[in-house]
Amino acid sequence: MSAVAVDVRGVSRVFAGGGVGAVTALDDVDLTVAAGEFVSLIGPSGCGKSTLLRLVADLDAPTSGTIEVFGRSPEQARLAHDYGIAFQQAGLLPWRTVRANVELPLALHGTGKVARRARAEEMLALVGLTDFADHFPDQLSGGMQQRVAIARALAEEPSLLLMDEPFGALDEMTRERLQNELVRICAETRAAVVFVTHSIPEAVFLSDRVVVMSPRPGRIRTVVDVGLGRAAGREDGVREDTAYFAAVTAVREALRGGALVPARGVDVP
Amino acid sequence: MRRAGAAVARPARSVGLGLAALALVVAAWEGYKLLAPDDGWLVGEVRLLPRTSDLAMPHVSDMLARLVEPVTGAAGAPALWVAVVQACAASLRVAAVGWVLGVGVGLVLAVLMQRVRLAERAALPFVVLSQTVPLIALAPLVKSWGSKLELGAFEWQGWMSVAVIASYLAFFPVAVGALRGLQSPDAIHRELLTSYGAGWWQALVHLHLPASVPYLLPALRLAAAAAVVGTVVAEVSTGLPGGVGRMILELANFASSDPAKPWAPIFGAIALGLVASGVVALLGAPLGRYRRAEVTA
Repeated sequence: MSAVAVDVRGVSRVFAGGGVGAVTALDDVDLTVAAGEFVSLIGPSGCGKSTLLRLVADLDAPTSGTIEVFGRSPEQARLAHDYGIAFQQAGLLPWRTVRANVELPLALHGTGKVARRARAEEMLALVGLTDFADHFPDQLSGGMQQRVAIARALAEEPSLLLMDEPFGALDEMTRERLQNELVRICAETRAAVVFVTHSIPEAVFLSDRVVVMSPRPGRIRTVVDVGLGRAAGREDGVREDTAYFAAVTAVREALRGGALVPARGVDVP
Repeated sequence: MRRAGAAVARPARSVGLGLAALALVVAAWEGYKLLAPDDGWLVGEVRLLPRTSDLAMPHVSDMLARLVEPVTGAAGAPALWVAVVQACAASLRVAAVGWVLGVGVGLVLAVLMQRVRLAERAALPFVVLSQTVPLIALAPLVKSWGSKLELGAFEWQGWMSVAVIASYLAFFPVAVGALRGLQSPDAIHRELLTSYGAGWWQALVHLHLPASVPYLLPALRLAAAAAVVGTVVAEVSTGLPGGVGRMILELANFASSDPAKPWAPIFGAIALGLVASGVVALLGAPLGRYRRAEVTA
């Protein structure tokens, strides 16, 4: 496998505004995500972080520039089921049981019934929902639904996980618990993750690198190296670590527009 | 468990309510007959309220009693209710064929309109327009077209015209309801299927069709009632014998000599509509899981 999971080069996305004028959601963005790396995209509303994620997922096409996912076009990657995706809303199909929801991507890809079932069991164990396999989504809490959505995203053992504010609608306590779980899951699956979020602590806790973006036009302002060590060793205690606070401060400064942080990657003034 | 309890309580309650409504109708009928003058209520030459004589409004008890008496005075004639049930059964068969035909056409149209935006814009006005054509005008046309049809050994039967006309009424609620249902999935679900690389057919089977069930079930019931109405009207206007529509027409002649008799096939037609819509409701019973509301985090 290629050592680069996602390679974004000179990508712009302009939305033609209905006669009012075009909106530049992304302007000349470069970003590389290594295999197995956890990268967060953070920035105020309108900075194009969700747009960037959608471009990588091939749910939208760039106006200019190129994107490669494991050396292929996003479309090829999508059709090859190279990535798993999770949105802010769990988006479970209400008529399918939890198990059947996790099995959905496998069923669509023609995986046999027995293999499908075994894989769903495994994924539900990973997110701690084995006992709820035969429940319907409306019988679960929001946090549990989101865990099912993560299990579904992981069902095909993707090497890349795309997550668009998956914990955005959850309360703070559920959120921190799911963050811990996500760190553990990523350590186990060794998938690369592109994670869109509004929350600075969340971005710092989860990521190897935090990409700070600025709006109008959407650009990458700076990239903060978090360096809290590999995900495997990370636990709740990290949240009280000095390095953690230093990184939180660095990201906060970067969001304010200061250049006080050791910036890496592309720095757009 | 709350769900199961409610499921038991609900039918019992609706049956009770239905019986109460029926009693209310009977009471209104008999009450009016008791209180209003025999000749109704006239203002000048205009009759505002109907006559209440036994000829115009037979007692409910008379109408029920007439059901168990023989159809005619001839020896060996079956009871009136047996004749009505036989006629209703004949009509129900034709209506069922019309329903199946109409549901098929309606579904295909809906899928086509959902698949091709242009088809929706082109076809939907005609779907709506089709229902403004009076059945009475259509029935003789369908009959004459059918009789001109020659396909080897296949011979067009009279009941087929009736089924086609019934389907003409039945397809409309299905086309409109199914289209709304097929278009109901949220962007998040559509994009999820896209992200899985699912094609149009997979998205239809796994997302759009299941999502359309809550819209489709009431449409199928409406279609059943429409198929029955279409069958009864078409039997009358194409002159097809054997069904309850024709029976209504024939027994209307007895209005003055045997006033309770014409009401029997009318009750039959009402019961037919209820049975048809009830059967379709039963078909939908195992689809309960598709009516679960979607909840978001």
